[in-house]
Amino acid sequence: MSSVSTALTDSAIMLRRNLKHSLRDPVTVFNSVLFPIVIMLMFVKVFGGAFSVGDDYIDYATPGLLVMAVSYGLGATSAAVNSDMAKGVINRFKVMDISRGAVLAGQVVVTTVRCLVSCAAVLGVAFAMGFDPDAGALHWLGVLGLLVLLTFGASWLTIAVGLAAKTPESAGLATVPLIMLPFLSSAFVPSDTMGAGVRQFAEYQPFTPIIETLRGLLEGSPSGGDALAALAWCVGLTLAGYLWAVATFRKRA
Amino acid sequence: MESSAIEVSGLRKAYGGRAVLGGIDLTVPPGTVFSLLGPNGAGKTTTVNILTTLLRADAGTVRVAGHDVVTGTRQVRAAIGVTGQFAAVDELLTGRENLRMMADLGRVRGSGKLVARLLERFDLVEPADALVSTYSGGMRRKLDLAMTLVGAPRIIFLDEPTTGLDPRSRRTVHDIVRELVAEGTTVFLTTQYLEEADELSDRIAVLNGGTVAAQGSADELKRLIPGGHVRLRFTDPAAYRSAAAALREATADDAELALRIPSDGSQRELRSLLDWLDSVGVEADGVTVHTPDLDDVFLILTEQTERTGRAKEAIEP
Repeated sequence: MSSVSTALTDSAIMLRRNLKHSLRDPVTVFNSVLFPIVIMLMFVKVFGGAFSVGDDYIDYATPGLLVMAVSYGLGATSAAVNSDMAKGVINRFKVMDISRGAVLAGQVVVTTVRCLVSCAAVLGVAFAMGFDPDAGALHWLGVLGLLVLLTFGASWLTIAVGLAAKTPESAGLATVPLIMLPFLSSAFVPSDTMGAGVRQFAEYQPFTPIIETLRGLLEGSPSGGDALAALAWCVGLTLAGYLWAVATFRKRA
Repeated sequence: MESSAIEVSGLRKAYGGRAVLGGIDLTVPPGTVFSLLGPNGAGKTTTVNILTTLLRADAGTVRVAGHDVVTGTRQVRAAIGVTGQFAAVDELLTGRENLRMMADLGRVRGSGKLVARLLERFDLVEPADALVSTYSGGMRRKLDLAMTLVGAPRIIFLDEPTTGLDPRSRRTVHDIVRELVAEGTTVFLTTQYLEEADELSDRIAVLNGGTVAAQGSADELKRLIPGGHVRLRFTDPAAYRSAAAALREATADDAELALRIPSDGSQRELRSLLDWLDSVGVEADGVTVHTPDLDDVFLILTEQTERTGRAKEAIEP
Protein backbone atom coordinates (compact mmCIF):
# COMPACT_ATOMS: atom_id res chain seq x y z
CA MET A 1 0.00 0.00 0.00
CA SER A 2 1.28 3.46 -0.79
CA SER A 3 1.85 5.80 2.10
CA VAL A 4 -0.95 8.10 0.98
CA SER A 5 -3.57 5.38 0.89
CA THR A 6 -2.24 4.05 4.21
CA ALA A 7 -2.68 7.50 5.72
CA LEU A 8 -6.18 7.81 4.26
CA THR A 9 -7.28 4.40 5.57
CA ASP A 10 -5.83 5.18 9.00
CA SER A 11 -7.56 8.56 8.99
CA ALA A 12 -10.86 6.93 8.07
CA ILE A 13 -10.52 4.50 11.01
CA MET A 14 -9.77 7.40 13.35
CA LEU A 15 -12.64 9.42 11.94
CA ARG A 16 -15.01 6.53 12.56
CA ARG A 17 -13.80 6.39 16.15
CA ASN A 18 -14.30 10.12 16.67
CA LEU A 19 -17.72 10.12 15.02
CA LYS A 20 -18.84 7.34 17.35
CA HIS A 21 -17.65 9.45 20.26
CA SER A 22 -19.79 12.37 19.12
CA LEU A 23 -22.85 10.20 18.67
CA ARG A 24 -22.41 8.50 22.04
CA ASP A 25 -21.66 11.65 23.93
CA PRO A 26 -24.52 13.81 22.67
CA VAL A 27 -24.03 16.23 25.59
CA THR A 28 -20.91 17.55 23.87
CA VAL A 29 -22.77 18.29 20.66
CA PHE A 30 -25.75 19.60 22.58
CA ASN A 31 -23.53 22.01 24.55
CA SER A 32 -21.86 23.34 21.46
CA VAL A 33 -25.29 24.03 19.92
CA LEU A 34 -27.13 25.15 23.03
CA PHE A 35 -24.77 27.85 24.32
CA PRO A 36 -24.53 29.88 21.15
CA ILE A 37 -28.33 29.78 20.88
CA VAL A 38 -28.80 30.88 24.50
CA ILE A 39 -26.40 33.76 23.90
CA MET A 40 -28.21 34.54 20.69
CA LEU A 41 -31.57 34.74 22.46
CA MET A 42 -30.04 36.89 25.18
CA PHE A 43 -28.45 39.37 22.82
CA VAL A 44 -31.24 39.54 20.31
CA LYS A 45 -34.23 39.49 22.64
CA VAL A 46 -32.78 41.05 25.82
CA PHE A 47 -29.99 43.50 25.00
CA GLY A 48 -30.44 43.93 21.29
CA GLY A 49 -33.30 46.39 21.52
CA ALA A 50 -31.05 48.84 23.35
CA PHE A 51 -28.24 48.70 20.77
CA SER A 52 -28.46 51.03 17.86
CA VAL A 53 -26.62 49.39 15.00
CA GLY A 54 -28.53 50.97 12.14
CA ASP A 55 -29.91 47.61 11.17
CA ASP A 56 -32.24 44.89 12.39
CA TYR A 57 -30.25 43.54 15.35
CA ILE A 58 -30.69 39.90 14.32
CA ASP A 59 -29.18 40.76 10.94
CA TYR A 60 -26.26 42.47 12.66
CA ALA A 61 -25.61 39.76 15.26
CA THR A 62 -25.94 36.56 13.21
CA PRO A 63 -22.42 36.60 11.65
CA GLY A 64 -20.86 36.98 15.11
CA LEU A 65 -23.06 34.25 16.48
CA LEU A 66 -21.85 31.91 13.75
CA VAL A 67 -18.28 32.53 14.85
CA MET A 68 -19.34 32.03 18.45
CA ALA A 69 -20.88 28.68 17.50
CA VAL A 70 -17.49 27.67 16.12
CA SER A 71 -15.75 28.77 19.34
CA TYR A 72 -18.08 26.71 21.49
CA GLY A 73 -17.69 23.70 19.24
CA LEU A 74 -13.93 23.72 19.79
CA GLY A 75 -13.84 23.38 23.59
CA ALA A 76 -14.88 19.72 23.51
CA THR A 77 -12.06 18.88 21.12
CA SER A 78 -9.21 20.08 23.29
CA ALA A 79 -10.65 18.22 26.27
CA ALA A 80 -11.10 15.04 24.23
CA VAL A 81 -7.58 15.19 22.82
CA ASN A 82 -6.16 15.78 26.26
CA SER A 83 -8.05 12.88 27.75
CA ASP A 84 -6.72 10.62 24.97
CA MET A 85 -3.27 11.84 25.87
CA ALA A 86 -3.72 11.35 29.61
CA LYS A 87 -5.23 7.89 29.26
CA GLY A 88 -2.43 6.70 27.01
CA VAL A 89 -4.67 6.19 23.99
CA ILE A 90 -2.47 8.50 21.92
CA ASN A 91 0.63 6.62 23.03
CA ARG A 92 -1.05 3.40 22.00
CA PHE A 93 -1.49 4.79 18.51
CA LYS A 94 2.00 6.27 18.48
CA VAL A 95 3.75 2.97 19.06
CA MET A 96 1.87 1.43 16.14
CA ASP A 97 3.09 1.59 12.58
CA ILE A 98 0.28 3.89 11.50
CA SER A 99 0.13 7.31 9.90
CA ARG A 100 1.19 10.00 12.40
CA GLY A 101 -1.23 12.53 10.97
CA ALA A 102 -4.24 10.18 10.98
CA VAL A 103 -4.79 10.37 14.74
CA LEU A 104 -5.08 14.15 14.58
CA ALA A 105 -6.81 14.36 11.20
CA GLY A 106 -9.78 12.37 12.51
CA GLN A 107 -10.22 14.92 15.29
CA VAL A 108 -9.97 17.85 12.89
CA VAL A 109 -12.65 16.49 10.60
CA VAL A 110 -15.05 15.63 13.42
CA THR A 111 -14.53 19.03 15.03
CA THR A 112 -15.22 20.76 11.74
CA VAL A 113 -18.40 18.76 11.26
CA ARG A 114 -19.54 19.49 14.82
CA CYS A 115 -18.91 23.20 14.45
CA LEU A 116 -20.79 23.32 11.16
CA VAL A 117 -23.75 21.56 12.79
CA SER A 118 -23.74 24.27 15.49
CA CYS A 119 -23.59 26.96 12.79
CA ALA A 120 -26.54 25.38 10.98
CA ALA A 121 -28.52 25.36 14.23
CA VAL A 122 -27.67 29.00 14.89
CA LEU A 123 -28.74 29.93 11.36
CA GLY A 124 -32.00 28.00 11.78
CA VAL A 125 -32.87 29.86 14.97
CA ALA A 126 -31.80 33.15 13.37
CA PHE A 127 -34.21 32.61 10.50
CA ALA A 128 -36.97 31.77 12.97
CA MET A 129 -36.31 35.13 14.67
CA GLY A 130 -36.60 37.07 11.45
CA PHE A 131 -33.05 36.98 10.06
CA ASP A 132 -33.30 38.38 6.56
CA PRO A 133 -30.00 38.19 4.62
CA ASP A 134 -29.52 39.58 1.12
CA ALA A 135 -26.94 36.97 0.16
CA GLY A 136 -27.03 35.20 -3.19
CA ALA A 137 -25.98 31.61 -3.77
CA LEU A 138 -22.31 32.56 -4.30
CA HIS A 139 -22.31 34.63 -1.12
CA TRP A 140 -23.67 31.67 0.83
CA LEU A 141 -20.95 29.52 -0.65
CA GLY A 142 -18.45 32.11 0.57
CA VAL A 143 -19.98 31.99 4.06
CA LEU A 144 -19.69 28.20 4.13
CA GLY A 145 -16.15 28.30 2.79
CA LEU A 146 -14.98 30.83 5.35
CA LEU A 147 -16.62 28.95 8.23
CA VAL A 148 -14.97 25.70 7.11
CA LEU A 149 -11.59 27.44 6.86
CA LEU A 150 -11.98 29.05 10.27
CA THR A 151 -13.07 25.79 11.89
CA PHE A 152 -10.30 23.85 10.21
CA GLY A 153 -7.61 26.26 11.39
CA ALA A 154 -9.03 26.67 14.86
CA SER A 155 -9.35 22.87 15.21
CA TRP A 156 -5.63 22.43 14.70
CA LEU A 157 -4.95 25.11 17.26
CA THR A 158 -7.35 23.52 19.74
CA ILE A 159 -5.82 20.09 19.21
CA ALA A 160 -2.40 21.56 19.89
CA VAL A 161 -3.73 23.08 23.12
CA GLY A 162 -5.25 19.71 24.05
CA LEU A 163 -1.98 17.90 23.43
CA ALA A 164 0.10 20.42 25.33
CA ALA A 165 -2.17 20.87 28.37
CA LYS A 166 -1.38 19.03 31.58
CA THR A 167 -4.98 18.04 32.46
CA PRO A 168 -8.34 17.89 30.65
CA GLU A 169 -9.55 20.71 32.92
CA SER A 170 -6.76 23.05 31.90
CA ALA A 171 -7.23 22.00 28.29
CA GLY A 172 -10.87 23.06 28.49
CA LEU A 173 -9.91 26.27 30.25
CA ALA A 174 -7.32 27.11 27.62
CA THR A 175 -10.05 27.43 25.01
CA VAL A 176 -11.96 30.03 27.04
CA PRO A 177 -10.17 32.88 25.22
CA LEU A 178 -11.64 31.55 21.99
CA ILE A 179 -15.10 31.95 23.51
CA MET A 180 -14.28 35.40 24.87
CA LEU A 181 -12.81 36.73 21.64
CA PRO A 182 -16.16 37.17 19.86
CA PHE A 183 -17.34 39.41 22.73
CA LEU A 184 -14.31 41.63 22.20
CA SER A 185 -14.97 41.94 18.50
CA SER A 186 -17.56 43.56 16.29
CA ALA A 187 -19.81 40.52 16.82
CA PHE A 188 -22.42 42.18 19.02
CA VAL A 189 -21.73 45.89 18.82
CA PRO A 190 -19.67 47.90 16.29
CA SER A 191 -16.09 48.24 17.51
CA ASP A 192 -16.12 52.07 17.17
CA THR A 193 -18.57 52.25 20.10
CA MET A 194 -16.04 50.60 22.43
CA GLY A 195 -13.67 52.30 24.87
CA ALA A 196 -10.07 53.10 23.93
CA GLY A 197 -7.80 50.07 24.15
CA VAL A 198 -10.65 47.61 23.78
CA ARG A 199 -11.53 49.22 20.48
CA GLN A 200 -8.03 48.79 19.07
CA PHE A 201 -7.94 45.23 20.32
CA ALA A 202 -11.30 44.51 18.69
CA GLU A 203 -10.18 46.01 15.41
CA TYR A 204 -7.01 44.00 15.15
CA GLN A 205 -8.01 40.63 16.54
CA PRO A 206 -8.64 37.78 14.08
CA PHE A 207 -12.36 37.37 14.64
CA THR A 208 -13.27 40.91 13.61
CA PRO A 209 -12.26 40.68 9.93
CA ILE A 210 -13.78 37.21 9.80
CA ILE A 211 -17.06 38.46 11.26
CA GLU A 212 -17.02 41.53 9.01
CA THR A 213 -16.47 39.31 5.97
CA LEU A 214 -19.34 37.05 6.97
CA ARG A 215 -21.51 40.11 7.56
CA GLY A 216 -20.61 41.51 4.15
CA LEU A 217 -21.34 38.21 2.45
CA LEU A 218 -24.70 37.84 4.22
CA GLU A 219 -25.65 41.40 3.31
CA GLY A 220 -24.69 40.66 -0.27
CA SER A 221 -21.91 43.27 -0.33
CA PRO A 222 -18.61 41.70 0.74
CA SER A 223 -15.55 43.90 1.31
CA GLY A 224 -12.33 42.72 -0.30
CA GLY A 225 -10.03 44.09 2.40
CA ASP A 226 -11.80 42.29 5.22
CA ALA A 227 -11.96 39.09 3.21
CA LEU A 228 -8.24 39.16 2.59
CA ALA A 229 -7.49 39.74 6.27
CA ALA A 230 -9.94 36.99 7.21
CA LEU A 231 -8.28 34.53 4.83
CA ALA A 232 -4.84 35.47 6.08
CA TRP A 233 -5.92 34.87 9.69
CA CYS A 234 -7.45 31.49 8.83
CA VAL A 235 -4.34 30.34 6.99
CA GLY A 236 -2.14 31.65 9.81
CA LEU A 237 -4.24 29.88 12.45
CA THR A 238 -4.08 26.63 10.49
CA LEU A 239 -0.33 26.79 10.00
CA ALA A 240 0.46 27.75 13.58
CA GLY A 241 -1.97 25.20 14.99
CA TYR A 242 -0.79 22.42 12.69
CA LEU A 243 2.90 22.97 13.39
CA TRP A 244 2.35 23.25 17.12
CA ALA A 245 0.11 20.17 17.22
CA VAL A 246 2.48 18.00 15.21
CA ALA A 247 5.52 19.09 17.22
CA THR A 248 3.73 18.41 20.51
CA PHE A 249 2.43 15.09 19.22
CA ARG A 250 5.95 13.99 18.33
CA LYS A 251 7.52 15.18 21.55
CA ARG A 252 5.15 14.18 24.33
CA ALA A 253 5.19 10.60 25.54
CA MET B 1 15.86 -15.17 13.97
CA GLU B 2 18.20 -12.48 15.26
CA SER B 3 20.33 -13.40 18.25
CA SER B 4 18.71 -10.87 20.62
CA ALA B 5 15.14 -9.64 20.68
CA ILE B 6 16.22 -6.53 22.54
CA GLU B 7 19.74 -5.16 22.78
CA VAL B 8 20.41 -2.01 24.78
CA SER B 9 23.80 -0.50 25.36
CA GLY B 10 24.92 2.67 27.08
CA LEU B 11 21.39 4.05 27.22
CA ARG B 12 21.23 7.54 28.71
CA LYS B 13 18.38 9.98 29.20
CA ALA B 14 18.19 13.19 31.17
CA TYR B 15 15.32 15.56 31.79
CA GLY B 16 16.29 19.16 32.34
CA GLY B 17 19.81 18.25 33.45
CA ARG B 18 18.66 15.50 35.84
CA ALA B 19 19.85 12.09 34.69
CA VAL B 20 17.04 9.54 34.66
CA LEU B 21 18.99 6.77 32.96
CA GLY B 22 22.74 6.80 33.51
CA GLY B 23 23.96 4.35 30.89
CA ILE B 24 22.17 1.04 31.04
CA ASP B 25 22.90 -2.20 29.16
CA LEU B 26 20.33 -4.94 28.70
CA THR B 27 20.08 -8.05 26.55
CA VAL B 28 16.89 -10.01 26.04
CA PRO B 29 17.06 -13.29 24.10
CA PRO B 30 14.05 -14.05 21.88
CA GLY B 31 11.23 -16.10 23.34
CA THR B 32 12.03 -15.22 26.95
CA VAL B 33 10.50 -13.08 29.67
CA PHE B 34 12.62 -10.23 30.92
CA SER B 35 11.59 -8.28 34.00
CA LEU B 36 12.71 -4.82 34.88
CA LEU B 37 12.36 -4.29 38.60
CA GLY B 38 12.92 -1.10 40.48
CA PRO B 39 11.45 1.34 42.96
CA ASN B 40 9.20 4.15 41.78
CA GLY B 41 11.21 6.73 39.87
CA ALA B 42 14.01 4.30 39.01
CA GLY B 43 13.50 4.91 35.30
CA LYS B 44 11.46 1.83 34.36
CA THR B 45 8.81 3.65 32.35
CA THR B 46 11.40 5.91 30.73
CA THR B 47 13.25 2.79 29.58
CA VAL B 48 10.05 1.27 28.18
CA ASN B 49 9.20 4.54 26.43
CA ILE B 50 12.59 4.62 24.72
CA LEU B 51 12.47 0.95 23.75
CA THR B 52 9.00 1.41 22.27
CA THR B 53 9.97 4.48 20.18
CA LEU B 54 7.94 6.94 22.24
CA LEU B 55 11.00 8.79 23.52
CA ARG B 56 14.40 9.53 22.05
CA ALA B 57 17.43 8.56 24.08
CA ASP B 58 20.21 11.11 24.67
CA ALA B 59 22.91 8.52 24.05
CA GLY B 60 23.38 4.81 23.54
CA THR B 61 21.98 2.34 21.05
CA VAL B 62 18.76 0.37 21.24
CA ARG B 63 17.94 -2.45 18.87
CA VAL B 64 14.50 -4.05 19.05
CA ALA B 65 13.59 -7.00 16.82
CA GLY B 66 16.87 -6.45 15.01
CA HIS B 67 16.15 -2.82 14.11
CA ASP B 68 17.59 0.35 15.54
CA VAL B 69 14.82 2.35 17.23
CA VAL B 70 16.07 5.57 15.64
CA THR B 71 16.84 4.51 12.08
CA GLY B 72 14.36 1.64 11.85
CA THR B 73 11.50 3.15 13.86
CA ARG B 74 8.74 1.87 11.58
CA GLN B 75 10.08 -1.70 11.51
CA VAL B 76 10.35 -1.66 15.29
CA ARG B 77 6.76 -0.42 15.61
CA ALA B 78 5.55 -3.12 13.27
CA ALA B 79 7.17 -5.80 15.42
CA ILE B 80 6.11 -4.72 18.90
CA GLY B 81 3.00 -4.55 21.05
CA VAL B 82 2.82 -2.24 24.04
CA THR B 83 0.61 -2.16 27.09
CA GLY B 84 1.36 0.98 29.02
CA GLN B 85 0.98 1.70 32.68
CA PHE B 86 -2.62 2.87 32.38
CA ALA B 87 -5.29 0.96 30.53
CA ALA B 88 -5.25 2.75 27.18
CA VAL B 89 -8.71 1.77 26.07
CA ASP B 90 -11.38 3.86 24.41
CA GLU B 91 -14.19 4.31 26.91
CA LEU B 92 -16.79 5.41 24.40
CA LEU B 93 -16.35 2.30 22.30
CA THR B 94 -17.38 -1.23 23.23
CA GLY B 95 -14.78 -3.89 23.97
CA ARG B 96 -15.41 -5.46 20.59
CA GLU B 97 -15.09 -2.10 18.81
CA ASN B 98 -11.80 -1.38 20.56
CA LEU B 99 -10.36 -4.66 19.32
CA ARG B 100 -11.88 -4.13 15.91
CA MET B 101 -10.22 -0.72 15.64
CA MET B 102 -6.82 -2.23 16.44
CA ALA B 103 -7.40 -4.98 13.88
CA ASP B 104 -8.36 -2.40 11.25
CA LEU B 105 -5.30 -0.27 12.02
CA GLY B 106 -3.11 -3.37 11.76
CA ARG B 107 -4.88 -4.36 8.49
CA VAL B 108 -5.61 -7.80 9.95
CA ARG B 109 -7.55 -10.07 7.61
CA GLY B 110 -10.55 -11.89 9.05
CA SER B 111 -10.62 -9.53 11.99
CA GLY B 112 -14.06 -10.70 13.16
CA LYS B 113 -12.73 -14.14 14.04
CA LEU B 114 -9.59 -12.79 15.65
CA VAL B 115 -11.61 -10.39 17.78
CA ALA B 116 -13.98 -13.16 18.87
CA ARG B 117 -11.03 -15.35 19.79
CA LEU B 118 -9.39 -12.61 21.87
CA LEU B 119 -12.63 -11.82 23.68
CA GLU B 120 -12.89 -15.51 24.53
CA ARG B 121 -9.31 -15.78 25.66
CA PHE B 122 -9.61 -12.81 27.99
CA ASP B 123 -12.97 -13.78 29.40
CA LEU B 124 -14.64 -10.69 27.92
CA VAL B 125 -17.34 -12.31 25.79
CA GLU B 126 -20.20 -11.27 28.00
CA PRO B 127 -19.40 -7.54 28.20
CA ALA B 128 -18.06 -7.44 24.63
CA ASP B 129 -20.82 -5.16 23.37
CA ALA B 130 -21.06 -2.89 26.38
CA LEU B 131 -19.27 0.47 26.42
CA VAL B 132 -15.88 0.25 28.07
CA SER B 133 -16.88 3.10 30.40
CA THR B 134 -18.97 0.47 32.24
CA TYR B 135 -16.02 -1.93 32.65
CA SER B 136 -14.21 -2.57 35.94
CA GLY B 137 -10.50 -1.81 36.25
CA GLY B 138 -9.61 -5.46 35.78
CA MET B 139 -11.71 -5.75 32.64
CA ARG B 140 -10.09 -2.66 31.16
CA ARG B 141 -6.66 -4.07 31.84
CA LYS B 142 -7.53 -7.33 30.16
CA LEU B 143 -9.00 -5.52 27.16
CA ASP B 144 -5.86 -3.39 27.02
CA LEU B 145 -3.72 -6.50 26.85
CA ALA B 146 -6.01 -8.10 24.27
CA MET B 147 -5.66 -4.96 22.10
CA THR B 148 -1.89 -5.28 22.32
CA LEU B 149 -2.06 -8.85 21.02
CA VAL B 150 -4.20 -8.03 17.98
CA GLY B 151 -1.36 -7.85 15.48
CA ALA B 152 0.42 -10.91 16.96
CA PRO B 153 3.54 -8.87 17.78
CA ARG B 154 6.83 -10.70 18.21
CA ILE B 155 7.90 -8.60 21.16
CA ILE B 156 5.54 -7.38 23.82
CA PHE B 157 6.19 -4.65 26.37
CA LEU B 158 4.09 -4.73 29.51
CA ASP B 159 4.55 -1.79 31.85
CA GLU B 160 3.21 -2.91 35.22
CA PRO B 161 0.46 -5.00 33.62
CA THR B 162 -0.98 -6.36 36.86
CA THR B 163 -0.92 -3.25 39.02
CA GLY B 164 -4.39 -2.85 40.52
CA LEU B 165 -5.65 -6.26 39.40
CA ASP B 166 -7.38 -8.75 41.67
CA PRO B 167 -5.60 -12.09 42.15
CA ARG B 168 -7.82 -13.86 39.64
CA SER B 169 -7.22 -11.35 36.83
CA ARG B 170 -3.55 -11.33 37.73
CA ARG B 171 -3.44 -15.06 37.21
CA THR B 172 -5.14 -14.64 33.82
CA VAL B 173 -2.41 -12.20 32.82
CA HIS B 174 0.31 -14.56 34.07
CA ASP B 175 -1.18 -17.45 32.12
CA ILE B 176 -1.32 -15.33 28.99
CA VAL B 177 2.31 -14.30 29.39
CA ARG B 178 3.32 -17.97 29.71
CA GLU B 179 1.28 -18.92 26.64
CA LEU B 180 2.81 -16.11 24.63
CA VAL B 181 6.32 -17.14 25.54
CA ALA B 182 5.49 -20.77 24.72
CA GLU B 183 4.50 -19.52 21.26
CA GLY B 184 7.87 -17.83 20.89
CA THR B 185 6.96 -14.25 21.80
CA THR B 186 9.43 -12.17 23.76
CA VAL B 187 8.00 -10.36 26.77
CA PHE B 188 9.56 -7.31 28.40
CA LEU B 189 7.89 -6.69 31.71
CA THR B 190 8.15 -4.04 34.36
CA THR B 191 6.61 -4.82 37.69
CA GLN B 192 6.56 -3.90 41.34
CA TYR B 193 5.50 -7.42 42.32
CA LEU B 194 8.64 -9.34 43.02
CA GLU B 195 6.97 -12.71 43.15
CA GLU B 196 5.57 -11.95 39.71
CA ALA B 197 9.06 -11.37 38.34
CA ASP B 198 10.32 -14.42 40.21
CA GLU B 199 7.59 -16.63 38.80
CA LEU B 200 7.51 -15.45 35.20
CA SER B 201 10.94 -14.21 34.22
CA ASP B 202 13.90 -15.89 32.68
CA ARG B 203 16.02 -12.87 33.44
CA ILE B 204 15.60 -9.94 35.79
CA ALA B 205 17.33 -6.59 35.92
CA VAL B 206 17.09 -4.45 39.02
CA LEU B 207 17.04 -0.80 38.05
CA ASN B 208 17.89 1.73 40.68
CA GLY B 209 18.60 5.43 40.34
CA GLY B 210 18.91 5.08 36.58
CA THR B 211 21.48 2.29 36.54
CA VAL B 212 21.23 -1.49 36.48
CA ALA B 213 22.12 -2.57 40.00
CA ALA B 214 22.19 -6.26 39.05
CA GLN B 215 21.06 -8.49 36.22
CA GLY B 216 20.55 -12.24 35.97
CA SER B 217 18.10 -15.06 36.62
CA ALA B 218 16.10 -14.98 39.85
CA ASP B 219 18.40 -17.63 41.34
CA GLU B 220 21.54 -15.78 40.31
CA LEU B 221 20.25 -12.62 41.93
CA LYS B 222 19.37 -14.43 45.13
CA ARG B 223 22.89 -15.82 45.31
CA LEU B 224 24.30 -12.31 45.13
CA ILE B 225 23.14 -11.39 48.57
CA PRO B 226 23.39 -12.82 52.03
CA GLY B 227 19.67 -12.48 52.69
CA GLY B 228 18.88 -15.61 54.77
CA HIS B 229 17.49 -14.96 58.22
CA VAL B 230 15.61 -16.41 61.15
CA ARG B 231 12.45 -14.66 62.22
CA LEU B 232 11.31 -14.68 65.81
CA ARG B 233 7.71 -13.80 66.46
CA PHE B 234 6.28 -12.73 69.82
CA THR B 235 2.75 -12.28 71.09
CA ASP B 236 3.58 -10.56 74.38
CA PRO B 237 4.85 -6.99 73.81
CA ALA B 238 6.88 -7.11 77.05
CA ALA B 239 8.67 -10.31 76.00
CA TYR B 240 9.25 -8.75 72.58
CA ARG B 241 10.81 -5.63 74.11
CA SER B 242 13.17 -7.51 76.40
CA ALA B 243 14.19 -9.79 73.51
CA ALA B 244 14.80 -6.80 71.28
CA ALA B 245 17.00 -5.30 73.98
CA ALA B 246 18.97 -8.54 74.37
CA LEU B 247 19.45 -9.20 70.65
CA ARG B 248 21.11 -6.03 69.44
CA GLU B 249 22.12 -7.42 66.05
CA ALA B 250 18.50 -8.31 65.18
CA THR B 251 16.37 -6.13 62.92
CA ALA B 252 13.21 -5.19 64.82
CA ASP B 253 9.73 -5.03 63.36
CA ASP B 254 7.74 -3.29 66.08
CA ALA B 255 4.40 -3.49 64.30
CA GLU B 256 4.62 -7.26 63.88
CA LEU B 257 6.40 -7.90 67.19
CA ALA B 258 9.06 -9.76 65.23
CA LEU B 259 12.85 -9.88 65.20
CA ARG B 260 14.98 -10.79 62.22
CA ILE B 261 18.41 -12.34 62.75
CA PRO B 262 20.80 -13.00 59.87
CA SER B 263 21.46 -16.71 59.33
CA ASP B 264 22.31 -19.07 56.50
CA GLY B 265 19.68 -21.53 57.76
CA SER B 266 22.12 -24.40 58.37
CA GLN B 267 21.50 -26.87 61.19
CA ARG B 268 24.68 -25.85 62.98
CA GLU B 269 23.84 -22.15 62.94
CA LEU B 270 20.27 -22.76 64.00
CA ARG B 271 21.34 -24.84 66.98
CA SER B 272 23.83 -22.28 68.21
CA LEU B 273 21.24 -19.54 67.73
CA LEU B 274 18.63 -21.43 69.75
CA ASP B 275 21.18 -22.24 72.46
CA TRP B 276 22.10 -18.62 72.67
CA LEU B 277 18.43 -17.55 72.85
CA ASP B 278 18.01 -19.96 75.80
CA SER B 279 21.07 -18.57 77.51
CA VAL B 280 19.83 -14.97 77.36
CA GLY B 281 16.33 -16.07 78.40
CA VAL B 282 14.46 -15.18 75.18
CA GLU B 283 11.34 -17.23 74.53
CA ALA B 284 9.74 -16.62 71.11
CA ASP B 285 6.25 -17.83 70.23
CA GLY B 286 7.24 -18.73 66.68
CA VAL B 287 10.51 -19.32 64.86
CA THR B 288 10.72 -19.43 61.07
CA VAL B 289 13.73 -19.79 58.78
CA HIS B 290 13.85 -17.72 55.57
CA THR B 291 16.12 -18.23 52.60
CA PRO B 292 16.71 -15.03 50.65
CA ASP B 293 13.90 -14.15 48.30
CA LEU B 294 13.65 -11.52 45.62
CA ASP B 295 12.33 -9.09 48.23
CA ASP B 296 15.68 -9.28 50.01
CA VAL B 297 17.55 -8.85 46.75
CA PHE B 298 15.43 -5.86 45.86
CA LEU B 299 15.69 -4.20 49.26
CA ILE B 300 19.41 -4.68 49.60
CA LEU B 301 20.29 -3.67 46.05
CA THR B 302 18.16 -0.57 46.05
CA GLU B 303 19.03 0.43 49.61
CA GLN B 304 22.77 0.21 49.10
CA THR B 305 22.63 2.18 45.91
CA GLU B 306 20.69 4.82 47.71
CA ARG B 307 23.26 4.99 50.46
CA THR B 308 26.55 4.64 48.66
CA GLY B 309 25.74 4.75 44.96
CA ARG B 310 28.20 1.89 44.55
CA ALA B 311 26.03 -1.20 44.93
CA LYS B 312 27.21 -2.56 41.63
CA GLU B 313 30.83 -2.74 42.66
CA ALA B 314 29.95 -3.88 46.16
CA ILE B 315 27.72 -6.73 45.13
CA GLU B 316 28.76 -7.99 41.77
CA PRO B 317 31.52 -10.58 42.04
